[in-house]
Amino acid sequence: MTAAKTLYEKLWDAHVVHAEADGTALIYIDRHLVHEVTSPQAFEGLKLAGRKPWRPSSIVATADHNTPTQHWEAGITDAVSRQQVETLDANIREVGALAYFPFKDKHQGIVHVIGPEHGATLPGMTVVCGDSHTSTHGAFACLAHGIGTSEVEHVLATQCLVQAKSKTMLVRVDGKVGNGVTAKDIVLALIGRIGTAGGSGYAIEFGGSAIRALTMEGRMTVCNMAIEAGARVGFVAVDQTTIDYLQGRSFAPKGDQWESAVSYWRTLVSDRDAKFDQIVVLDAAAIEPQVTWGTSPEMVCGIHGSVPAPEDFADPVKREGVARALQYMGLSPRTAISQIKIDKVFIGSCTNSRIEDLRAAAQVVKGRSIASSVKLALVVPGSGLVKRQAEAEGLDRIFIAAGFDWRQPGCSMCLAMNDDRLEPGERCASTSNRNFEGRQGAGGRTHLVSPAMAAAAAIAGRFVDVREIN
Amino acid sequence: MEKFEKHEGLVAPLDRSNVDTDAIIPKQFLKSIKRSGFGPNAFDEWRYLDHGEPGMDNSVRPRNPDFVLNQERYQGASILLVRVNFGCGSSREHAPWALQDCGFRALIGESFADIFFNNCYKNGVLPIVLPKAEIDALFGLTEYSPGFRLTIDLPAQLVVRPDGHKIPFQIDPFRKESLVNGWDEIGLTLRHAEKIREFEERRKREHAWLFA
Repeated sequence: MTAAKTLYEKLWDAHVVHAEADGTALIYIDRHLVHEVTSPQAFEGLKLAGRKPWRPSSIVATADHNTPTQHWEAGITDAVSRQQVETLDANIREVGALAYFPFKDKHQGIVHVIGPEHGATLPGMTVVCGDSHTSTHGAFACLAHGIGTSEVEHVLATQCLVQAKSKTMLVRVDGKVGNGVTAKDIVLALIGRIGTAGGSGYAIEFGGSAIRALTMEGRMTVCNMAIEAGARVGFVAVDQTTIDYLQGRSFAPKGDQWESAVSYWRTLVSDRDAKFDQIVVLDAAAIEPQVTWGTSPEMVCGIHGSVPAPEDFADPVKREGVARALQYMGLSPRTAISQIKIDKVFIGSCTNSRIEDLRAAAQVVKGRSIASSVKLALVVPGSGLVKRQAEAEGLDRIFIAAGFDWRQPGCSMCLAMNDDRLEPGERCASTSNRNFEGRQGAGGRTHLVSPAMAAAAAIAGRFVDVREIN
Repeated sequence: MEKFEKHEGLVAPLDRSNVDTDAIIPKQFLKSIKRSGFGPNAFDEWRYLDHGEPGMDNSVRPRNPDFVLNQERYQGASILLVRVNFGCGSSREHAPWALQDCGFRALIGESFADIFFNNCYKNGVLPIVLPKAEIDALFGLTEYSPGFRLTIDLPAQLVVRPDGHKIPFQIDPFRKESLVNGWDEIGLTLRHAEKIREFEERRKREHAWLFA
């Protein structure tokens, strides 16, 4: 009898091309997602070394980080951004790809949204991209992680990466979340519990009844932020929800191939007796809607909580970090989260820009208006497909009637590489993934929340418990 | 890649936890399609008092006197002393490119974020993990001994203080060998090209749907 394996070990073993004596291995890469920011130097390096791409049909590419979310007819007005996007156009034209969704294409969108929605992310794959939120694709029982540009070049040239095996962590979320509590709240609560370095060196498998109960979009939200818990990879085992989601998508297998793939996919679960290096258990019923108050995703609490004081922390480095965060955020210790007023709202990003996210936000917004103190409330769909679906359902009209801007797809104000950004001192309720200093614009102050909580904050002009207004 | 064997240099301290790659090199500088020139914009929001954009003449921008790396005593430093989870966040390799362009050859800290850690090796920058007690001591020495320098001996896997105290550190054998020899990792992998092809053919037979 073979030893019980975790899902991570199954995925790892299935991709080892060559194992070194020191435990590192050459791992085969099935899917390579490419965007404009982290790829130009890799394509250039490949060319300078006189190397050819190994398997261009593994590439799915799009322009998302730099692209504007309005006035598309004017093109990309920032010359430096335009050059980067045009460089991607030229590189993909030369090299080829399974699919390329350039700027203005009707399928263009955030790389981590378009991969899954086209069925280009399939269970059992290794998926890499020069972007840390590649962990998103782990929702499909993929070994998916972000890489740097040197590794982008390595994958282009060899279809492989040299990897060291991670330790394994099971995060089990037991029970059932309450109404108004979402995948975003689960993952923020986890990060609050284990910290932003808690998953460092680990591959996290998310399991338990509350994870099983999530849709694929919810699972993508959870896996997306595994990196914010310090883990390069986070994933969920295959179940019927996974298979149902994939059926009929454009790059998903068809006919006999579908049957053969599905029977393989059903093996992509951790064996019952498999051993994990660490197990973390969360009680779903105890999770409240979460709001971050600091400059690291671990600086988070429930909506009914309040901002801590530096002296609450025993470790001097942590105390200093909290003091610095409060100063940057312009918050006093003991301020109730519900008293924090906001200037802007951002609903979007690879964490929360899918159709279910927009539906959840629209449900809160419907028939209401954004507070007069809110200067700008943006909804940026994750892709052209999400945008058209939302428009077919009338969600755009709900948002616009309430005073939101309805924009074109892209990364937008998650990282503010385009014109969508916070001005110094502005405070934002954001459905994105990082509240770092300056992340949404120099001097900007970010509070991470779920789409429903962002919508509720837009209406109230401050953070409120979405369960109390619905 | 530049070889890394023995390195001796001035140490600069950055006493903060969770320094993210957005802080190391802000997003507006990622629009470049080059690998070099990021040094003047490393830690841009902390280093300067004004807001930086690509194309500015950084030599005339107002410097933040409170930012530790601006202090005269740390100019020319090639070893950066850091705390916990350094390099967290975005996978941007522009972060190690910027640090390297600033002259840093090694980083010493309690822990590093995985992707950043990996990216450092690809650029001949050595990230060294040491126990908290050693790091605390090094922060003290750096602050109270002006001109504090360290020697890093990679083949021997030692950080050597001027007082002779030797601190051993761990490193994966493959990474060590690559750095010491300045190997081109892609070239190394391509030595296995035949094996990669065989693996790929087998995978096509077993899981044709992956190659549709």
